[in-house]
Amino acid sequence: MSEENRKIAFICSKGDLDMVYPALVMGWAALGNGIDVTIFFTFWGMDMIRELRVDHLQIAPVANTSMKMSMMGVDTGNLGIPNIMGVLPGMTAFATKLMKDKMEGLEVPPVREYLEMLVDAGAELYACKMSVDMFELEKDEFIPGVIDIVTAGDFMDMTDGAQIVFI
Amino acid sequence: MSTKEFAGKTIQVNEEGFMTDPTEWDKDIAVAIASEEGIAELTEEHWTVINYCREVGVDSGVSPTLRNITKGAGVPTKQLFGLFPKGPAKKVAKISGLGKPEGCV
Repeated sequence: MSEENRKIAFICSKGDLDMVYPALVMGWAALGNGIDVTIFFTFWGMDMIRELRVDHLQIAPVANTSMKMSMMGVDTGNLGIPNIMGVLPGMTAFATKLMKDKMEGLEVPPVREYLEMLVDAGAELYACKMSVDMFELEKDEFIPGVIDIVTAGDFMDMTDGAQIVFI
Repeated sequence: MSTKEFAGKTIQVNEEGFMTDPTEWDKDIAVAIASEEGIAELTEEHWTVINYCREVGVDSGVSPTLRNITKGAGVPTKQLFGLFPKGPAKKVAKISGLGKPEGCV
């Protein structure tokens, strides 16, 4: 009788660039340590697996209290980016570019490549049925590696005994 | 710090079983550790990975991250996980006589 393998499941509900990385980083670490990984994408998290969206995820400076001027390389300490500036055209693209450049500098792969790595390493990806219906999507609009569209109940069945992380 | 015997040689390991002195490592020890980790035979493909890890990690004593291995040694992710199933990050490090990787990717 062999001991059952440790399992971890992530529920990805956000599509902002800063919110998509936690599951990718932790999922990769889990796989590297021999832990089974399942990822369930719901609501805005569907952006991570949509062909149309996956390469265009962004981070917005508006209403983001942690994003400071100093992140642009100016030594301004705790001075925030005023929301009124954040609404200017191009600010979201600018913040996104800053983050992408930083990630590239750290040799962190882009989201699409990260998901490919996870799938190659054995992670199982599933899309949430209710979100698929709400956004009127079809399975062929997803990146390769998404196994199926499943209900919340299916997810509960397939994650029996798993540790679940909601993001 | 404790010691452990592999292939008739006594080596120093930490509490998690990683070798602490990479210079004590040799190929026989690698084969013995691999067998303990459930890998019965080290093929040429295994050695491509192990040799790469030794090359980049022997000075620091730290194993490269999995992504560093796939990029640097040119071994695809799927193959790496197939060669060292159930936790390649630690297995590769142990078999290569290095500490576990310090990095998240």
